[in-house]
Amino acid sequence: MSDVQDIAPSIAAKNETMPKITFIEHDGTVHTVEAEVGSTVMETAQRNNVASIVAECGGSCTCATCLVHVDEAWSPTVGPPSAEEEDMLDFAFEVKPTSRLSCQIKVTQELDGLIVRTPAYQGR
Amino acid sequence: MSETIKTDVVIIGAGPVGLFAVFELGLLDIKAHLIDILDKVGGQCAELYPEKPIYDIPGIPLITGHGLTGALMEQIKPFNPTFHLGEMVTTVEKIGDPLFRVGTDRGKVLEAKVVVIGAGGGLFQPKRPPIPGIETYESKSVHYAVRNMDAFRDKRLLIVGGGDSALDWTLNLQPVAKRLTLVHRRDEFRGAPDSVNKMRALVAAGAMDLKIGQVSALEGADGELAAASIKGNDGSVTRVECDAMLPFFGLTMKLGPVADWGLTLKDNLIPVDTAAFETSILGLFAIGDINTYPGKLKLILSGFHEGALMAQKAYHYVYPEKRLVFQYTTSSTSLQKKLGVA
Repeated sequence: MSDVQDIAPSIAAKNETMPKITFIEHDGTVHTVEAEVGSTVMETAQRNNVASIVAECGGSCTCATCLVHVDEAWSPTVGPPSAEEEDMLDFAFEVKPTSRLSCQIKVTQELDGLIVRTPAYQGR
Repeated sequence: MSETIKTDVVIIGAGPVGLFAVFELGLLDIKAHLIDILDKVGGQCAELYPEKPIYDIPGIPLITGHGLTGALMEQIKPFNPTFHLGEMVTTVEKIGDPLFRVGTDRGKVLEAKVVVIGAGGGLFQPKRPPIPGIETYESKSVHYAVRNMDAFRDKRLLIVGGGDSALDWTLNLQPVAKRLTLVHRRDEFRGAPDSVNKMRALVAAGAMDLKIGQVSALEGADGELAAASIKGNDGSVTRVECDAMLPFFGLTMKLGPVADWGLTLKDNLIPVDTAAFETSILGLFAIGDINTYPGKLKLILSGFHEGALMAQKAYHYVYPEKRLVFQYTTSSTSLQKKLGVA
């Protein structure tokens, strides 16, 4: 029974800085905010009042109103959409090769520094 | 104009909260008519997440939106509510104390002592593609629904989208149209495989066209479409001549005519009291996601609670001369009779 060893990793995790995400809205407004590992990019946007992320369905990948264009340099790290998400992208507008639904991007430590752009119009 | 329908309560919105309100009203011998713009019951549960699991319905660890809708329909069956689906409430007027006249976009008129707004996030309406000037063509040559196929006879038609609506209308209108072009952003389709195969066969036979890309511009004078520009994924632009366009990009929620019913809204929500979820207009209630009060949570379970309390107050408007005795379904033979189990 080694309590010390059990506790050690959680202390280490707390010392790690929270990943930062930059949202660049269509009108040029820039939000650089801290994101919680394990939450989604959509949730991060909503917690920080990024108005152009509508997220009508609340993050269940069924409305396509949380579209973001992932910065090209970041696109390989973020990765491609799943088949289900790709289907939902059919309901979004001005979809680009690096576009994703932000409710489907989970925040990880690797995404520290991520830059996404939000469209002018999410369908409403 | 059709005859006025007289009932006790009109519920605007047939989502889970509107459906459960039928149960709570029914236990108190109050009849309800429900009106919903969707052509099916269930609201967001049916339209946005029919297959998604819901984990926070009390006593039900996991149920899908579709499953919850079905269970609620089963639960309210004894009360035999009347549904008016695919119909939008346009007007709510107070004409008595309380008595309301409710009008729909299909010309129906209902009269009820009580009106309950359970409209959730608002009206589901088709998403409008962000093509410059598209609004000038709407209703004339850009349509989001097909009411009459003959309107497209011998026209050059552009259908946009990759889901079942786009594919179904492609297959139905291809024999009617002069020429049909389906536009989709990728060469893969989300719709039913059988429809995709039929569409591909028509393309292979030269009976219709398929263009991969997104519509970027429209041309034509006085609301009459003449051509559309389609931007391919490689950036190239193709011009397709057409008389009408049907975009199918799913639905989004808009508040709609609620704003015109004499209520003072707060951030597009309807303020209510927390004793009966009644608005500032006596006899007009608002339950579920569309209302607001201190501590409001947009949860289905909160909407169920709101419906139960609403029904207690509604009883006094429907039966002003009677006294309401609170009863439990577990012990009351009278309630059990209404449910058809005693």
